[in-house]
Amino acid sequence: MVNTQEVWAALADIPDPEIPVISLVDLGVIRDVRIESGTVRVDFTPTFLGCPALEVMRDAMAERIRALGAEPEINVRTDDSWSTDRITPAGREKLRVSGFAPPAPRNAAAPTLVQLQSNVFRCPYCGSTDTHLENIFGPTACRSLRYCASCRQPFEQFKTI
Amino acid sequence: MNELDARSLLEIADDELILGWRDSEWTGMAPFLEEDVAFSSIAQNEIGHARALYELVARERGATADELAFDRSPDEYRCSALVERRLLDWEKTIARHYLYELADEGRLQELKASDDPDIAGLAAKIDREEAYHRIHAQMWFDRLKNEPRFTAALDELRPLLDTGRSEHTAELAELWDEMTMVRRSQPSGTRW
Repeated sequence: MVNTQEVWAALADIPDPEIPVISLVDLGVIRDVRIESGTVRVDFTPTFLGCPALEVMRDAMAERIRALGAEPEINVRTDDSWSTDRITPAGREKLRVSGFAPPAPRNAAAPTLVQLQSNVFRCPYCGSTDTHLENIFGPTACRSLRYCASCRQPFEQFKTI
Repeated sequence: MNELDARSLLEIADDELILGWRDSEWTGMAPFLEEDVAFSSIAQNEIGHARALYELVARERGATADELAFDRSPDEYRCSALVERRLLDWEKTIARHYLYELADEGRLQELKASDDPDIAGLAAKIDREEAYHRIHAQMWFDRLKNEPRFTAALDELRPLLDTGRSEHTAELAELWDEMTMVRRSQPSGTRW
């Protein structure tokens, strides 16, 4: 029978279907792995509730667990216990080198337009903070669009959730 | 979850589903590209919220989220009159967006305080996402607040928040027809 360590290792390299440079483990969305009477139970949280990659991620995890010879049970946890703060340091670095600015830390209070328009967001290409908000929304639910005035490059900024 | 909770979650789920469909009508034809992206993304979020809310209610009622979303007749929906209107004018779309986000925020605060951890947890997650919708709505409100066409749209649409949820216009039936077309075209037992 498999143990939890083997399951974590098997899940470690499943890429995020929308941003394949980062894995589900890097994203921190796999919340718990338990083995109970022969079934491997995995809890995971969608980044955004409308994420169209939900089923793809669920199927990929189930497939890896079956390959270990165990029966999977994937539970989708739809509460507020996942945050972009849970993206691992390695995951943040992978995002940055691929041109996605990692998310700012989550505050207790919801973000404001003033914060989004402030200059705390760093360009993933040149490191400048001379960047401005172009659009709160982007090509996927989890990203905003910003522009770097220093290197004149548009880039995608992970939203803080 | 008691029946009262289930009914109120179903109202919110219906609001989010129908508004998501209405918002998606701007995909490809918003007045400029930035808003094309924004309304498409907002629509996707709203439908995602609807799915999660339907799933909670579906567990309680022994149904599936898809059955709740698509297998009821139009007069069984409990969405607000505000969300079902087909609005072809940008100022009315923004007015609805602003009015809806404001009303939705109040109701999410109540749900976040629910004794039921599933309801409170989901409401908190939805609220994190809605925060971005509210910023967007407020940004547009500030931009248009002195425009007579926008203030007229607010005055026209505001009363729709208080009309009942059991009476619907033909516009909802038309939307339902479109929304459920693919699902209805399949024989029963089809797996998606």
